[in-house]
Amino acid sequence: MVQVLESARASRHPYPVKIPRAMSDLLQKVAQSRDVEAFRKLFELYGPRVKSYMMRQGADATTAEDLAQETLLTVWRKAQLYSDEKGSATTWIFTIARNLRIDRLRREVSWQPLPEDRDEEASDGPSPEEEVTERERRDKVRAVLATLPPDQSEVVTLSYVEGLSHSEIAERLGLPLGTVKSRMRLAYQKVKEAVEDIR
Amino acid sequence: MKITHHLDDATLMSCAAGSQPEALAAVVSSHLAVCPRCRAELKQHALIGEALFEGLKPEPVTRDAPVVAFRAGEATADEAEACEMPAALHAALNGRFDEVPWRRAAPGVWHYPIPLSSGAKGDLRLLKVAPGTKLPEHGHGGSELTLILDGSYSDEYGTFRRGDVADLGDDAEHRPIADPVHGCICLAASDEKPRFTGMIARLLQPLAGL
Repeated sequence: MVQVLESARASRHPYPVKIPRAMSDLLQKVAQSRDVEAFRKLFELYGPRVKSYMMRQGADATTAEDLAQETLLTVWRKAQLYSDEKGSATTWIFTIARNLRIDRLRREVSWQPLPEDRDEEASDGPSPEEEVTERERRDKVRAVLATLPPDQSEVVTLSYVEGLSHSEIAERLGLPLGTVKSRMRLAYQKVKEAVEDIR
Repeated sequence: MKITHHLDDATLMSCAAGSQPEALAAVVSSHLAVCPRCRAELKQHALIGEALFEGLKPEPVTRDAPVVAFRAGEATADEAEACEMPAALHAALNGRFDEVPWRRAAPGVWHYPIPLSSGAKGDLRLLKVAPGTKLPEHGHGGSELTLILDGSYSDEYGTFRRGDVADLGDDAEHRPIADPVHGCICLAASDEKPRFTGMIARLLQPLAGL
């Protein structure tokens, strides 16, 4: 329970160190010129976060570090599938970490890797307006998450960060399943409204 | 394919988080494959995951970055992340329902349980209901998802056609009737096995005249 409260608090007060926008540029360098130095910088920034994520999902420190290494190796191998017109570097790296985590840590094997090549929308590259929108959107999402009521924040964190299913969250918190789901819906509606406001 | 019944936001959130039990995830993936609207929603759910990921307190790593320089030559766009699907489900999703080894469950009702990986607690199965068959009223406790693969059924909530997913609340009761001409084939998942077999037993009771 202490852990749960900490998670809820963590999501209301995100760790101050932001991932800079330049990350997408580093990833582009890795993709286009196999830039080893750019890769090393990516590892410095994302390695510790991936390790932290894996530990919150239940991995011990050694396994978490192995998975952080493996995640970043996958980033190196698949870098040319990334392009910054389709989303932030963080989203892409998080997706890779998520898929790897399902594959390695869950007692239930993945049926559901999310597409990492993000091939859905073709685009000629982001306009300056779109870049602003993208950054604005991320700030909005963070701001909305920081102001969620604790009961909503808690279920969202248990789902994304601790990797618990609806039923597991209901069991952990001693709540009816329907209550867990409605809190998730409410939280998502707020994020969605904020994001759609921007457009 | 015109889809009118979609996944619940709470279901999509769990999917974006990668926290869905295997059986439910199978139905969600199959619906996402045919539903652009739910795929678009899923992207917005992913923004939450990204923000929380960014907000995690970094955990210092003790080892250096993996050595990649010598790997440059082997770096090519590689293997698709294939998800391994049981052959029966693969056949069904490709519309080859006659290749599914159906088992008779009750008059007008066939099923095929799809094996999950060891350690998975849920239940995933294909269901086939003969044209015009009326199922007795029943509820769906907890987390259950049903995706229509062929034909349709109608109940209090509307008509569910190919591609539609029934993501009903756990208090929902319904009395579905399979399409009078084409019947209905669907993929149903529950995160708890006993609940599902219990439901089949309940379905069978009135049919068996008990």
